[in-house]
Amino acid sequence: MINEYFRVLVVDLESSKSKVEKIDGRNLVAGGSGLAALLYTIYGRPELDWDHPSQPFILAIGPLTGYYPLMSKTVCSFISPYHSQYTESHGGGRSALALFFAGYDALVIIGRAAELCCLSIGSNHVQIKDTGFMKGMNTASSGKLIRRMFKKSSGHRSILRIGPSGEIGSAMACINVDSYRHFGRLGGGAVMGVKNLKGLVINGDTSFTRPPGKAYPEVFKKVYGQVTSTDMMKKYYHLGTAVNLQGLNDIQSLPWHNLQQTSNTAVSKISGEAFAEKTLLRNGACSGCPVGCIHLGFFRDQFKKEARYLYHQVPYDYEPIFAAGTMLGVTDCFDILRILEDFELVSIDAMSGGVALAWATEATERGLISEKETLVRLSFGDALAYQAAAQYLGRGANEFYRLLGMGTLKAAREFGGEDFGCVLGQEMAGYATGELFFTAQALGFRHSHLDTGAYSWDQKHDTKEVDEGVDFLMTDEPGRVFLTSMVACLFARSAYNDEQLGACLEAAGYGTLAGTISDTAEYIRKLRWKVRIDSGFKPEEILIPQRFYKVETWKGKIDRNYLDALKSEYGRRILALVDGFEP
Amino acid sequence: MLCLVCYVDTKNVPKLRRPRVVPKLTILTALMKLLTTPRMDRCIGCHSCSLACARLIHQRISWSTSGIRIHSSGGLSTGFVAVRCLACDPAPCAATCPTGALSQRKGGGVIVRKKHCIQCGDCVTSCPVEAIYQDGAGDVYLCIHCGRCVEFCPHNCLELQELDDIGEVLL
Repeated sequence: MINEYFRVLVVDLESSKSKVEKIDGRNLVAGGSGLAALLYTIYGRPELDWDHPSQPFILAIGPLTGYYPLMSKTVCSFISPYHSQYTESHGGGRSALALFFAGYDALVIIGRAAELCCLSIGSNHVQIKDTGFMKGMNTASSGKLIRRMFKKSSGHRSILRIGPSGEIGSAMACINVDSYRHFGRLGGGAVMGVKNLKGLVINGDTSFTRPPGKAYPEVFKKVYGQVTSTDMMKKYYHLGTAVNLQGLNDIQSLPWHNLQQTSNTAVSKISGEAFAEKTLLRNGACSGCPVGCIHLGFFRDQFKKEARYLYHQVPYDYEPIFAAGTMLGVTDCFDILRILEDFELVSIDAMSGGVALAWATEATERGLISEKETLVRLSFGDALAYQAAAQYLGRGANEFYRLLGMGTLKAAREFGGEDFGCVLGQEMAGYATGELFFTAQALGFRHSHLDTGAYSWDQKHDTKEVDEGVDFLMTDEPGRVFLTSMVACLFARSAYNDEQLGACLEAAGYGTLAGTISDTAEYIRKLRWKVRIDSGFKPEEILIPQRFYKVETWKGKIDRNYLDALKSEYGRRILALVDGFEP
Repeated sequence: MLCLVCYVDTKNVPKLRRPRVVPKLTILTALMKLLTTPRMDRCIGCHSCSLACARLIHQRISWSTSGIRIHSSGGLSTGFVAVRCLACDPAPCAATCPTGALSQRKGGGVIVRKKHCIQCGDCVTSCPVEAIYQDGAGDVYLCIHCGRCVEFCPHNCLELQELDDIGEVLL
């Protein structure tokens, strides 16, 4: 599927009609992040609320999807229920290759179905089935039913579905992808929910001619060798990202107890090593990725006095362990997996949910809220209570949980405690590394620790030069934007430098793009920010709660003036990016 | 015409068993070895084997038009199976093929002569383990036991084994 244009399937759930569009712009926006932004300029309605049926739900892959290892991610873009602005969320599983082998560069879903439904697409079919019987159904049961209802392409398809949180419009509702991966952040699940779209099956049921000549298989083999035969990816496939727990704890950068601490001796109980020794069942991979970074843990429960047990498999990573573990003071590996599974079942993004419940716990301790709101007494370390609370949050059990699901600070404005809500644009990622990361997440495009490498920069620099820090953020972003336009897993960023990307594009047949990587990356960056800013992004409106100013890392206490100056300058530079920019 | 078993020009080689024409070692190696999947419990579901087969043998970008295809066995939570030719001898697909596009391979499996294929699909339905894939254009794809996929498995799930070394067939 080497096309100079984009082949986009547009599905209108209201009319149940679809069409395949050819859209120009390959050499301008490449694909992935760039394509998603371009499609929003065509199908988006920035003047309307996030939950208007006309707002598009977009999935986009890139020119290298399916052609090279670790080109295994899909970009999902939408207007977020969290901040009512344009955003992206990235997910893997089989989604990218399934969409690629369905023959599309992107899928755009508009309209709202009359009834709860599931949509199945492939190279030669679009099918919508009413699934009213799935109302309120958790992601595990939904997955089982969808597999039974849609039998085509078993094994060569991707199944996206939402749990009850998406149906109630929670801004923390994620989209479950193939059981163990997610479009996690900023409420993509709610966007499916308002469209009455419970599930989406993408059948990768076609194939393409290989690029001619020897160059392509040779370049493939070189990249494959790099990612499988060297230590380049060891961090991801060995202990996985969970290895970071000990390291970040050692440098006082691991948030504990709602960020009241940045280090705790209990980390040894839930380190990457501890998870691997106690709970690791096996590894998995996204399609097209030989690294296999997915770590599946297990827990088992005795359900009868006799030796009767049930067992569950739960994926774990650094971020979910931070959110359901250290942030909540839970220091038993199996308990953390149990909490994560409850988030999974109701399709609440684990990072958002864990941070929200951490705030609720401290608010409880301070007497701002009680069991009247939380329905179960929350206290740090009480895993059973958090399991129940995860379900309450995902199902919107009462006004408090429904408000909390729209964002921690929204609940804090109602009940008090805004100063200790750990929110940086959205609920924080697990890096209390310093001023630059706090700035980067607060103002970053996805409010993600992967927007830029600020968390890494913080760990290597103790200077307080504002320009130096912001220069790093501005310089680091375009390369990542280009990777997420290919669409690469960002774990592969060391394998795919510009030179390697150029060789890959050239060998696959995208010679023009290969020669314009820097310029294209900069264009995509501006286009993304333009779309975001036009949908309401105002850096000055994003506040950094006081809790972040009290953090102490290996560099000492957070410097208030430095943090404020960084935020001010980074916001200014982002706005300057699009000054005079016309797509 | 490139033979998919031994990778030599078969234009002037009416029968593969003529070692004076085709390098002897190549033929014997190809004929005596079979692709096996002895360690699928290590499989992570990356599809690298399928993609390699499609890319290197069939000149395709695909996870379907390949001699080996990876499927989850009852959802991702229960692991993966490799759908591939189990090297029947006699092979029902060869017996049912009306044109000789598939013929019995010594030691099990079949020899593929694509130019003889009329895309009838009889081989697909005759295969008891669904190892033959027919794409939308009618072309059929099945394992020729060449072993090109083996080096692309990151966890050594696959192995090209001598026929005599194969004990139990594992999936």
